[in-house]
Amino acid sequence: MRAGFIRALMDLAKTDERIFLLVGDVGYSLVEPFAQGFPRRFINVGIAEQNMMGIATGLAMSGKIVFAYSLANFPTFRCVEQIRNDVCYHNANVKIVASGGGLVYGALGVTHHVTEDLAIMRALPNMTVIAPGDPIEAALATREAAEFPGPCYLRLARTGDPVVHEAVPDFQIGKAITVRNGDDITLVASGGILYNTVQAAKQLEQKGIKPRVLSMHTVKPLDAEALLAAATETKAIITIEEHSIIGGLGGAVAEVLAESGISGIAFRRVGIKDCFCFEVGSQAYLCKYYSLSAEDIVNEAIHLLKGV
Amino acid sequence: MSEISVEKYQALARQTRVRVLRMIHRAQSSHVGTSLSAADLLTVLYNRVLRLDPARPDWPDRDRFILSKGHGCAVVYAVLAEKGFFPRDWLETFYLDGSHLPGHITRSVPGVEASTGSLGHGLSIGCGMALVGKREEQPYRVFVLLSDGECDEGSTWEAALFAPHHHLDNIIAIVDYNKIQSFGTVKEVLDLEPLASKWQAFGWATREIDGHDFEQIEKALLSVPFEPGRPSCIIAHTVKGKGVSFMEGQLAWHYKPPNDEQLAQALAELGVFG
Repeated sequence: MRAGFIRALMDLAKTDERIFLLVGDVGYSLVEPFAQGFPRRFINVGIAEQNMMGIATGLAMSGKIVFAYSLANFPTFRCVEQIRNDVCYHNANVKIVASGGGLVYGALGVTHHVTEDLAIMRALPNMTVIAPGDPIEAALATREAAEFPGPCYLRLARTGDPVVHEAVPDFQIGKAITVRNGDDITLVASGGILYNTVQAAKQLEQKGIKPRVLSMHTVKPLDAEALLAAATETKAIITIEEHSIIGGLGGAVAEVLAESGISGIAFRRVGIKDCFCFEVGSQAYLCKYYSLSAEDIVNEAIHLLKGV
Repeated sequence: MSEISVEKYQALARQTRVRVLRMIHRAQSSHVGTSLSAADLLTVLYNRVLRLDPARPDWPDRDRFILSKGHGCAVVYAVLAEKGFFPRDWLETFYLDGSHLPGHITRSVPGVEASTGSLGHGLSIGCGMALVGKREEQPYRVFVLLSDGECDEGSTWEAALFAPHHHLDNIIAIVDYNKIQSFGTVKEVLDLEPLASKWQAFGWATREIDGHDFEQIEKALLSVPFEPGRPSCIIAHTVKGKGVSFMEGQLAWHYKPPNDEQLAQALAELGVFG
């Protein structure tokens, strides 16, 4: 996803002189082409995320489209008040980009696990929250975010994430992408976990179950229309995210379903329980540990459908 | 802008203080002390230094003024109204239900560049504006007024590192050093001394002035940048509650508003009776 992001940003910067890229002393072997190609529109602000968001706001208030990039929780939690008061309160044209979303930095430990960001960013007025599902979505999301006038949070995974989409999908902020169609159960995923979700869907199909898969790349504003269609056209809904089950995709979908007036919809949130991780391991290992593997999603789906 | 005599500055600042006292009394709000300590600095800024056009608050070449100590908004509102950015009768609604003027400075008010209120935000925003000005060779300058208390915030020093590194000689930090913060004197709470040396060491061309001496204020503000290629810092030694004898140097006036009797007494000291 990182590569998709930087390629898209380079393309944008060639035609739009308002594009700036700020980094918090990260981006080794990723952002160098931008820095070399557009030296007057690139700033490494140092390890100072609070200042980075203030600077980004000042640039945006001077007519720029600012991408502010860092890793893990650094561009969100470290400076959440600057994001609220500076970026969002001023409705500044700042795109906050976090690399390493979810459990990408697995063995680096809890400080580098990005597992509550969607909840926090979603709560901020004016903020649009996007977690692309694969490198193709990441590039499309970068372009859409640049064109969208206002604050965005773009949650990326890593370099070399598996590609899910066989063709370039229609990508619009706030519109879910139907990756597979079915009418037994709907699997709704945000972020890189879309890959496991699609793998799970394939396994379910082999068992004779027809799942619908939605890539809910925009967690805010949420595509309620697609969810309500799923709630009426399929028997059950499962949300899947590399994030706490509190406040992220699962929370957002639950809010829509609870207020929809549609009764009897079977619903489960698959995600990280309300805990810190004391297990050491890679992203794949920790996804298994947290029951986020394709097999785990399959089991959840079968279990949920048994009750309907 | 044309020259202004000390007597004229004094009259303008007195008028501003009267307005501030009436606003805070009417609203029964707080932070009168921090508004009064900055009144003389703002009088010189808005009448002699800042290149502004009240009819065009978004004029691209305007100088930017950011009140980073957003709780000191009453005095800025008073000055902006006097300069014609918005109707003067708005001041009578300050802090009241349905007003345009909240208790921390807000960009929705004409003439206000940035919303602040949480300390340690303004200098970073100012650095972003100054960076664009510098890289695109635009004529505007960015003035940021900080409190001494917000020099406790780490983010202030992140911005203080940034501006000299990028040679932003179009940004000017002014510290309203009134020596009293929220819960005690600066010396008691978290001593900033030697403050001027700290800014100097961070790379800012720094001068110390008496923040109530109009000749010193004007001379400093008309001399920026003090050195080409470096940001300027003015440490303005001020008195919290300046201009009202019983408010000067008193922590309580960070919080409490004057009652009717105290307002009358304060106004009398400023030459307003009845």
